[in-house]
Amino acid sequence: MMRRLALVLTFLLMLAAPAFAVQPDEVLADPALEARARAISAQLRCLVCQNQSIDDSEADLARDLRLLVRERLVGGDTDGEVLQYLVNRYGEFVLLRPVFALHTLILWVAAPLVLAGGAIGLVIWVRRRPKSGRSNASAGPTDEELAALARLTDQSKDA
Amino acid sequence: MSIELGHFAMVLAFALAAGQAIVGMLFWQRDSVTPILQQASLLTFILVAIAFAALLQAFALSDFSVALVYEYSHSQQPLLFKLTSVWGNHEGSMLLWVLILVIFGAALAVFGRNLPTDLANLTLTVQSAMIAAFSGFILFTSNPFLRLSPAPLEGRDLNPVLQDIGLAIHPPLLYLGYVGLSVCFAFAVAALVSGRIDAAWARWVRPWTLASWMFLTLGIAMGSYWAYYELGWGGWWYWDPVENASFMPWLAATALLHSALVMEKRNALKVWSIFLAIVAFSLSLLGTFLVRSGILTSVHSFASDPTRGIVILAILAVIIGGAFVLFALRANALKAGGVFAPISREGALVLNNLFLATGVVAVFVGTLYPLLLEAMDGQRISVGAPFFNLTFGALMVPLVLLVPFGPYLPWKRADLSGVVQRMVWAMAATLVVWLIVAFTLQSGATLTTLGLLLGTWIVVGAAADILDRIRLGRIPLGESMRRLTGLPRTAWSTAIAHFGLGVSILGIVIVSSFQTENITTLKAGESLEISGYTVTLSGSKTYQGPNYVGDAVGFAIVTPGGSNAEAVSEKRVYTAQRMPSTEAAITNFGFSQLYLAIGDQDESGAWVVRAWFKPYVTLVWIGALIMAAGGLLSLTDRRLRIGAPKPARTRQKAEAA
Repeated sequence: MMRRLALVLTFLLMLAAPAFAVQPDEVLADPALEARARAISAQLRCLVCQNQSIDDSEADLARDLRLLVRERLVGGDTDGEVLQYLVNRYGEFVLLRPVFALHTLILWVAAPLVLAGGAIGLVIWVRRRPKSGRSNASAGPTDEELAALARLTDQSKDA
Repeated sequence: MSIELGHFAMVLAFALAAGQAIVGMLFWQRDSVTPILQQASLLTFILVAIAFAALLQAFALSDFSVALVYEYSHSQQPLLFKLTSVWGNHEGSMLLWVLILVIFGAALAVFGRNLPTDLANLTLTVQSAMIAAFSGFILFTSNPFLRLSPAPLEGRDLNPVLQDIGLAIHPPLLYLGYVGLSVCFAFAVAALVSGRIDAAWARWVRPWTLASWMFLTLGIAMGSYWAYYELGWGGWWYWDPVENASFMPWLAATALLHSALVMEKRNALKVWSIFLAIVAFSLSLLGTFLVRSGILTSVHSFASDPTRGIVILAILAVIIGGAFVLFALRANALKAGGVFAPISREGALVLNNLFLATGVVAVFVGTLYPLLLEAMDGQRISVGAPFFNLTFGALMVPLVLLVPFGPYLPWKRADLSGVVQRMVWAMAATLVVWLIVAFTLQSGATLTTLGLLLGTWIVVGAAADILDRIRLGRIPLGESMRRLTGLPRTAWSTAIAHFGLGVSILGIVIVSSFQTENITTLKAGESLEISGYTVTLSGSKTYQGPNYVGDAVGFAIVTPGGSNAEAVSEKRVYTAQRMPSTEAAITNFGFSQLYLAIGDQDESGAWVVRAWFKPYVTLVWIGALIMAAGGLLSLTDRRLRIGAPKPARTRQKAEAA
């Protein structure tokens, strides 16, 4: 049932959708303003699509948003004001690059933290290791064994 | 062959794999069990192959009494697309997944004959447990063999986007990569259970990692090119969650490839390599889960069903959770291996792993955090290309800077100033090329010039590595040539793979920075200008395809040099589902492409035309092909083939000591 409903919906959307993202009649006469409009569009999510920016999307809603962005730009808004206007209207969901705030803290800091933590961990690991390999040679093949293996398997050429 | 025969074979395969897993778990220490497990793996492979063949046949003959054939196929499809429709849906693609899983199981049985008993038994056991889990999943929740009664006269056809040669290539390649990592995973679990974790382990795992990595590289590149030409708006990477799902295992496999080198050569990084092997396959499973569960909606999810998602999640929890528990219990027992100075080949590879692992975290968090946030407090945010370009891009800059250093550094301990001296020509050449480029572009330190610098640095560094190895200019030329032919394949494969990475980066940077676009409406005889190319709409016609109605618009192209080319762009409506699809006209000019896509026709008969000139865009995928070629070359290294018996000797020595 759900599947059929989804198909019907897709079908209806497809019928309504023009085949393109940015249409010729949307393009602003002023190239500088149009370039700004395109840059802003690439940062805005088409709310009814799957992870597409309004710049890429074929949906009618994306077209409306593109026209809205251009309207605001022509009206003299800065890039920031246009984005803020859309966030006020549609919520943060519209931004493809999330804001930096408490609820997105983990999102923004996770990778830098892992990198920093990993780097610190590595430094500690390097410092704490024994200076000589002899003490735990029993853990694996010794250098002599490795050298013998290298001879057996042609490894010497790679040195 | 009837579909029931396939169904029956699948049930047998499930029972056999389950039995094999139980026998393996109970008796893995016994030598006598090995042939039983091996033969069971081969038999499972034959059974699943029969099941798959039955489904292929049903699609080929358009047997609409089979529900799956009715839902996703059409009698007027060309034969190739009838066959690829088998995996253009949830049930069939899961069956393909399991088919590849049993292929790897059989390959383990065939190529693993030199393994010590415990490893051979345990890897086959782990593999068969996974085969049992996923074939059970297919039989109980996603059965592709169900009949319809009465049988419909015509099928509902496949999503037109999927009716493309891309569907024949992309999923099988990607699955080969995903599922190939299951062998690395099986080895990791076997190592943890048996306690046999040494340099020999790394050597056994390496060819499987290499093969999976190679297939993943090709699969991702193919998917990217497919999206580029099929979706009709000229993008080739969207940071879509589903793309990320395939990109994360690739990053982890790349890291594993490098850390296994250290383990193999220096017996260090053992715990980390085992961890990576588990993580890499876990990410593959996660990718499968994300795509198949319906949590993410995209062109890949076909018709997903939440209950299946829960079953996959349960399987995932057992496999991944079990492996990590085992890891936590056993990892402490592992002893540290060979030591090395921070500045050494090992040190460079550790840094490589640090950045790649952080890259995985960045993509992972970006992909899953929005889902988590929504589940927790209902707040919806989007994480798209701008976020990933910023975070992932920033992480890759230092990694890419370091890449050329790695192959220059000797194992154990390196003299940095000596290495820099040997690299001075590469650095100088990079700088000269870059200065010329920056001067031509009249731009200073922008992201574009930084990107070009990085790409050039890797390409030049890879070439310089080979030149340095043959001591070009430092010894007589004849001697250098003799060294050139005698270079080990691993030296070549490293240089080639790194070279390919540089080529891809250059392609990405150039096309992102310099592509041009012209959107306009054209009537027959009118033209547009783009990057010096003149494109004239020569005419259009409507025609009837096998299972669609198409509008074909012809273009005449005049290049800046004055030569001519023709191109045809199409728009199709597939009759069964009335779904539209675009076929862009893509013309190659050297490494660059002119991309023409058509939109609607207005009342006056003018077509909406969107034209892009994409300079050097093909380098993005050519680079990936070169990387895969490097992997393939490394796979043919005879050391990998004769490597197998070697560890037995190590073992005897270790036991004697």
